[in-house]
Amino acid sequence: MSLDLRNTCNGKQLILLLIFVLLSPLNWAKEAMPVAEDPVLERRMIALSEDLRCLVCQNESLAGSRADFANDLRREIREQMQANKSDKEIVDFLVARYGDFVLYRPPVKPATYLLWAGPFVFLLTGAGILFFYLKRRRKQIEEPPLTEEQHRHAEALLKEDKGNNA
Amino acid sequence: MIPELGNFALILALLLAITQGTLPIIGAARGIPSWIALARPVVQGQFVFLAIAFGCLAYSFVNNDFSVMNVARNSNSELPIQYRIAASWGSHEGSLLLWVFMLSAWSVAVSVFSRHLPDEMVARVLGVMGLVSVGFILFLLVTSNPFDRLLPAAFEGSDLNPLLQDPGMVIHPPMLYMGYVGFSVAFAFAIAALLSGEMDAAWARWSRPWTTVAWVFLTIGIMLGSWWAYYELGWGGWWFWDPVENASFLPWLVGTALVHSLAVTEKRGSFKSWTVLLAICAFSLSLLGTFLVRSGVLTSVHAFATDPARGVFILAFLVIVIGSSLLLFAWRAPKVGLGGKFDLVSRESMLLANNLLLMVAAGSVLLGTLYPLIMDSLDLGKISVGPPYFEAVFVPLMTPAIFLMGLGPLARWKQASLPELMLRLRWAFGVSVVTALLMPFIMGEWKPLVSFGLLLAFWVIATIFVSIRQRLNNSGQGGLFTKLARQSRSYYSMHLAHFGIAVFIIGVTLVNGYETEKDVRMEIGSTVEMGGYTFRFNGASPVSGPNYQAMRGDIEVLRNGEKIRVMQPEKRTYNASGMAMTEPAIDTGFLRDLYVALGEPLEDGAWVVRVYHKPFVDWIWFGCLLMAFGGILAVTDRRYRLKVHTKHVETATVADDKRVASNPRLSTGGKKA
Amino acid sequence: MTRFLLPLAAFIVLVGFLAVGLNLKPREVPSPLIGKPAPVFQSQLLHEPERMLASQDNLGKVWLLNVWASWCVSCREEHPLLVELAKSGIVPIYGLNYKDKRDLALQWLSQYGDPYTVSVVDPEGRIGIDYGVYGVPETYVIDKNGVIRHKQIGPVTIESLEKKILPLIKELQG
Repeated sequence: MSLDLRNTCNGKQLILLLIFVLLSPLNWAKEAMPVAEDPVLERRMIALSEDLRCLVCQNESLAGSRADFANDLRREIREQMQANKSDKEIVDFLVARYGDFVLYRPPVKPATYLLWAGPFVFLLTGAGILFFYLKRRRKQIEEPPLTEEQHRHAEALLKEDKGNNA
Repeated sequence: MIPELGNFALILALLLAITQGTLPIIGAARGIPSWIALARPVVQGQFVFLAIAFGCLAYSFVNNDFSVMNVARNSNSELPIQYRIAASWGSHEGSLLLWVFMLSAWSVAVSVFSRHLPDEMVARVLGVMGLVSVGFILFLLVTSNPFDRLLPAAFEGSDLNPLLQDPGMVIHPPMLYMGYVGFSVAFAFAIAALLSGEMDAAWARWSRPWTTVAWVFLTIGIMLGSWWAYYELGWGGWWFWDPVENASFLPWLVGTALVHSLAVTEKRGSFKSWTVLLAICAFSLSLLGTFLVRSGVLTSVHAFATDPARGVFILAFLVIVIGSSLLLFAWRAPKVGLGGKFDLVSRESMLLANNLLLMVAAGSVLLGTLYPLIMDSLDLGKISVGPPYFEAVFVPLMTPAIFLMGLGPLARWKQASLPELMLRLRWAFGVSVVTALLMPFIMGEWKPLVSFGLLLAFWVIATIFVSIRQRLNNSGQGGLFTKLARQSRSYYSMHLAHFGIAVFIIGVTLVNGYETEKDVRMEIGSTVEMGGYTFRFNGASPVSGPNYQAMRGDIEVLRNGEKIRVMQPEKRTYNASGMAMTEPAIDTGFLRDLYVALGEPLEDGAWVVRVYHKPFVDWIWFGCLLMAFGGILAVTDRRYRLKVHTKHVETATVADDKRVASNPRLSTGGKKA
Repeated sequence: MTRFLLPLAAFIVLVGFLAVGLNLKPREVPSPLIGKPAPVFQSQLLHEPERMLASQDNLGKVWLLNVWASWCVSCREEHPLLVELAKSGIVPIYGLNYKDKRDLALQWLSQYGDPYTVSVVDPEGRIGIDYGVYGVPETYVIDKNGVIRHKQIGPVTIESLEKKILPLIKELQG
């Protein structure tokens, strides 16, 4: 919003704008009306329906889908919001009818513990294994690595020579 | 006639693939030179036949041969020529043929650019690729023949899905598949190394450029897909965490880990078994993606028409390919040496930690993608796992990875000192914190998440500067430009790719933080203001496309009262399918996109119009491009070109003994000594 | 050495799930309303708009609620079966004419036959939302106490009728 103000309130530009308005008969510059009667409520509805899944679509959110079914559910959500229902009440309403499937953010319950904890379990086990592996590895390596490598080089070359002669 | 020819070529290609998958591998194991020597010609023959098969399919599409089922279902005589060609990979069958064709193209590339490799190695690598090819060609012939006839022939085709009638369709799938299939080369190198038991720095050096090229293709493929979704789906999203998108993202994450791990294996000889495992994983995930997209186990916007028989076939194929490679891994990997010694604080450890984070991220994405399936198969109910989950999990995992990304390039190999690193990076850290805190004010509003995102991006950029400065200080005498020119391309490539990540983060952060959207009823002549721009609607008029009818809106964009451009979003109805499509109009800019889409028509020529102002959104894809350029720069590095050069010189002197002369292990040894 | 077998083990588990997954139907969402009282509705009849039907009127009998529409292609698939079932008189079928136009719906019924005791209209899909309808056709089995006992998603088939719906009705009626 602040950007808009800065751009229109400049004096010179205002004069230019005036000239422009006077010269062009088409420019009655009627401000377009928002589709939603209540843009604030609409934003809340979109925010909520972004986390909800459209059941008939292959894999789209209620907010993104243009399917008829999604339109109906958006209307339902809008109406419930107008009736002063909280987001939680609306979500509960939908879950009661369509099950957890409508939620793009799965509820935390015993069956989804693994889902929610999984990434952090992976991370902790991974980090633990890595740490102990690195410690043990350092103990295992005794001889200077370069000589070992050179040693294997020599071996490889010998083997190859044999291969060539055969 | 032409489809039968294609079918016949496919069968011949199968026979050659079987030869390629067996004789050279056995030959390499038993030391039979004539069998080993078969690898290259057989690969090239297979490529020719697959090219013929693919050409036949494309020919059928171009000539509207509706007696071919695949053509009748996925094309239409009104379809413009470029989309008829693209329709050859628009269906399940066709895309699979494209996959196999690309596999053979990669194989040919390996056979051509591997003259400096030992013949046994090449034989094994090409053999493994041949086995993969056998599986896919069999899959095509048995369950999904693209040349199946439709008798009697259809009078007209039922059209390509209008969503796919877009330049994106012409280029996105080939790029993506080049990436997927490209990882088969890294996979084949890994398996060949396990088979031979020889796994040294040279092995990493050979497979590194191939892996990087595959990674570049995958990066570009994913980027194009994301960009396509952005302008085609009509509401300006660019990533949806859809199972199929995840299926392409998983190999990318693992591939990125692999690219880094290969660097350590090549330079320091460490992490060998880990690198091999990553190479197996990257390709396995490509295969898993194929399974997910084509078997119907998950619902996705992008899924192909599915068929359980196909699912069973791919699953069996997965079990054979991945199962046997992991078995081979379990058998051979314990014998692999450990490589160079390094401290807990060293560049090696940091790269390993970054690998870990990338793998945990990949594991989490996989978990989220498959969790609905897991719950359903245990009869625990149906759930959906969507963007809120992935965002909640992915961002915390990537944060330390990005932090390490700044630290790693400055840390020394073998042994680094944490206090010293901190000392060197304190300015970088301070500068990035301050800029990240202040930047959001320039955008008009301070938001904590924006500051946080920018902090990550600026941290990456600041450390790149520190790293380059330090490198130049240690580069001996000379002016700034001589010193700059002295650094290797692979050094710049790393920083370029990392810089790409920073650009990407800036794009994501700013567009998420400051995007604005308006859904308005626009009468003719009415205006709407957004982000300092005025949009004036001059009405919509009917236009005819080659195979659709459309209403085209005419929207003038004014800035400070001056017209800067006209945007023409369309609402199309395709003739053959009757499907309606929204074609938004986008004004692309360095700092913002203006995005206008037509909604529904209202009375008196008015329309519902959606207008978006998306600051910095193009930085998302530009960042991906920079990463890809980084990759390209890396493969053009001097040491890969040098090898080819030395090869020419040495083959001239030691004409008969190609193998020893061109053996890169020799030159490595020479340099080190 | 066993740690090198871990990736293989993880892969085997994964394959297990994928194999089971092949036989699942990811697009069918089970209704949480099973075993719960059927949502109450009161709506106009399709044939006689001046008359209303309330769902409570059906208490005391087992009945089917079939969601249909003239625009629904797969409704035509199940329709002959429904007509036959209605003729047999085993169970009354009530239609929920979902998001349809009255004249089109009446024309459709006269063309393909009318298996419904009565059809009520749901022009805006509000009853549908209460019942968790997300695709047409859907069929609910409702018992004497007005509790939903089964939901058939998609067209009724001979198989689903013989294996699930008819035995369930017999049990509920007995």
